[in-house]
Amino acid sequence: MRHLISILVENEAGALSRISGLFSARGYNIESLTVAPTEDASMSRMTIVTTGSDDVVEQITKQLNKLVDVVKVVDLSEAEHIERELMLIKVRAGVKERDEVKRMADIFRGRVIDVSDNTYTIELTGSGEKLDAFIHALDSSTILETVRTGTSGIGRGNRILRV
Amino acid sequence: MDRVKTETLTGAEIVVRCLQEEGVDCVFGYPGGAVLYIYDALFKQDKVRHVLVRHEQGAAHAADGYSRSSNKVGVCLVTSGPGVTNAVTGIATAYMDSIPMVVITGQVPTHAIGLDAFQECDTVGITRPCVKHNFLVKNVNDLAVTIKKAFYLATTGRPGPVLVDIPKDVTQHTCEFQYPDTVSMRSYSPVRKGHAGQIKKALQLILEAKRPMVYTGGGVILSNAAPQLTEFVRLLGYPCTNTLMGLGSYPATDRQFLGMPGMHGTYETNMAMQHCDVLIAIGARFDDRVIGDPAHFAQNPRKIIHIDIDPTSISKRVKVDIPIVGDVADVLDELLKALRAGPRPDPAATRAWWDTIATWRAKDCLRYDRASKIIKPQFVLEKLYEVTGGDAFITSDVGQHQMWAAQFYKFDKPRRWINSGGLGTMGFGLPSAMGVQLANPGATVACVTGESSIQMCLQELSTCKQYRLPIKIINLNNKYMGMVRQWQQFFHGNRYSESYMDALPDFVKLAEGYGHSGMLIDKPADVEPALREAFMRKNDLIFLDFITDQAENVYPMVPGGKGITEMILSEDL
Repeated sequence: MRHLISILVENEAGALSRISGLFSARGYNIESLTVAPTEDASMSRMTIVTTGSDDVVEQITKQLNKLVDVVKVVDLSEAEHIERELMLIKVRAGVKERDEVKRMADIFRGRVIDVSDNTYTIELTGSGEKLDAFIHALDSSTILETVRTGTSGIGRGNRILRV
Repeated sequence: MDRVKTETLTGAEIVVRCLQEEGVDCVFGYPGGAVLYIYDALFKQDKVRHVLVRHEQGAAHAADGYSRSSNKVGVCLVTSGPGVTNAVTGIATAYMDSIPMVVITGQVPTHAIGLDAFQECDTVGITRPCVKHNFLVKNVNDLAVTIKKAFYLATTGRPGPVLVDIPKDVTQHTCEFQYPDTVSMRSYSPVRKGHAGQIKKALQLILEAKRPMVYTGGGVILSNAAPQLTEFVRLLGYPCTNTLMGLGSYPATDRQFLGMPGMHGTYETNMAMQHCDVLIAIGARFDDRVIGDPAHFAQNPRKIIHIDIDPTSISKRVKVDIPIVGDVADVLDELLKALRAGPRPDPAATRAWWDTIATWRAKDCLRYDRASKIIKPQFVLEKLYEVTGGDAFITSDVGQHQMWAAQFYKFDKPRRWINSGGLGTMGFGLPSAMGVQLANPGATVACVTGESSIQMCLQELSTCKQYRLPIKIINLNNKYMGMVRQWQQFFHGNRYSESYMDALPDFVKLAEGYGHSGMLIDKPADVEPALREAFMRKNDLIFLDFITDQAENVYPMVPGGKGITEMILSEDL
């Protein structure tokens, strides 16, 4: 099962390696990991996408909680939540391809954020599946470069993760 | 609040003052470039005693033994680079057994970090997986509070080693010193009290048990809960086992004690662990050497109550029915309150269970050939127990001798049995015995070891001489890495690949070379007299080299990966 785990962690040197080290040492999967400081600069918020049986994910959340730098852990996928990922994708867009690429970007509500003589760079946000779908919708030979942030998540409604 | 008088100190002086404030009376260490200012500060005071080891691994093990035998924090101090890497084995040993330790390491100056400086290593990175937490202090103003945090983290919750890495320039810089009285960390708040509802549910299950078993581990010792455990087990009248890490938390000479569980546990204990209907696990973690194959263990239906301070220990290898997260002593206090006031189990309800246990006990699974003409290692341990009146501190290395010591020395008190259970570190015995002796001056301390293990930290014989540590070394010399040989005999077709210890030193001369005394004992009749003579010499370290049966194996044995009732028993059963 895929799980989305959100972590509040002290914004200290080495905190990230404590968390990634825990995953590698205990053989847990990381599909993606995103991290950045919160509105309180002393703390970072991390989203980890992992897969595992219920037992494994229970151990993952407990082991994360045990790390001294970790302030709070919640498994977002246990309840209603929203997840988003940002992708920047650079595609070949010569005279021939331009219209088609722009049309496709519009359908997926992407934005063209950089233009050169023969390339478009498109910004697209959404679930991981939506980003995958966009990639598949394009002619693969036109894709020059992609970069994805990994999934960030937040609980719906009154589900709030803070100290 | 009154204005507290502060003073300006160097980082090095702050380190030493923090140790004094924490009541540390003894530090194990080895100097080097990055810690020279700290050593200078140590030189200028006389409250904290420094014990100079001969190798940093010895410093970590000695601090560890000091802590295990005294419930105080063990402290060690080493320099950067190789000082740290040498100490890592000792730190990992303490981590696996949850021993509270503070490790202070020197680091190259902050401006040199990351430039591959002389004796630089990424200490925080190297030790991260084998410490409870670690810190790199880059500013002298953070030093005192960081050391305070280190002691707080090491001793609270599930204890463990905490490392503080201090660059050399930070030990030179000065700041106002004020040692904080308390420390609070928003990201760290271990639970002490168990959940009242869970305790109530557990109590009900405990009282209804027909085939109960109390299974306890190192957590009972770490939590100083041996008196509570003993009262709990006696009030209930239930059988009890202590794991290798828990030996001594319930008196081993008591009728309700069935012996150690697990790979080399007694037949009766493993059978009872498997066939009980209610298993009360206290400060134990169902590890592979205790319950063997978890799938086999789960074949027999039973209800499991698990009391542990660490939530990650619960339902890690075995699903439990009633988890209670909390300090073992606190939870046992609550259970005892209810038991003292309320109903007790009816002894008649467990009579049939005790009868079954009696039949298992009748197997006499620790039997060995007492008429042997060659010294049997078990015989040495039995005599050691007799000669020391069962009241010595026993440290051990790792291997067959460790298992025989655990089986044959009956520990009635906690903190008397000092061994590396989790990591299984050969070389632990002698340096940890130094820590034990320094924490317990005047006490009888013996190190049970083998000719292979003892050679891994042999250099500490020199430390023992310098500090006049009268440890008795019980060397069970079978000229083999005995446990490796045993596995090769059982599982690798008698191919004794590299397990024979050739070119052994003359241990008697070796001990004499270090300024100690040695004895060679090669006849069963000489075992007891030699032990008596050695223990009479209260002020001397004596190296007793017992030439023992090379073919002897540790029984019972559960092969790796098997269920705990799938035991190999000694051939003559």
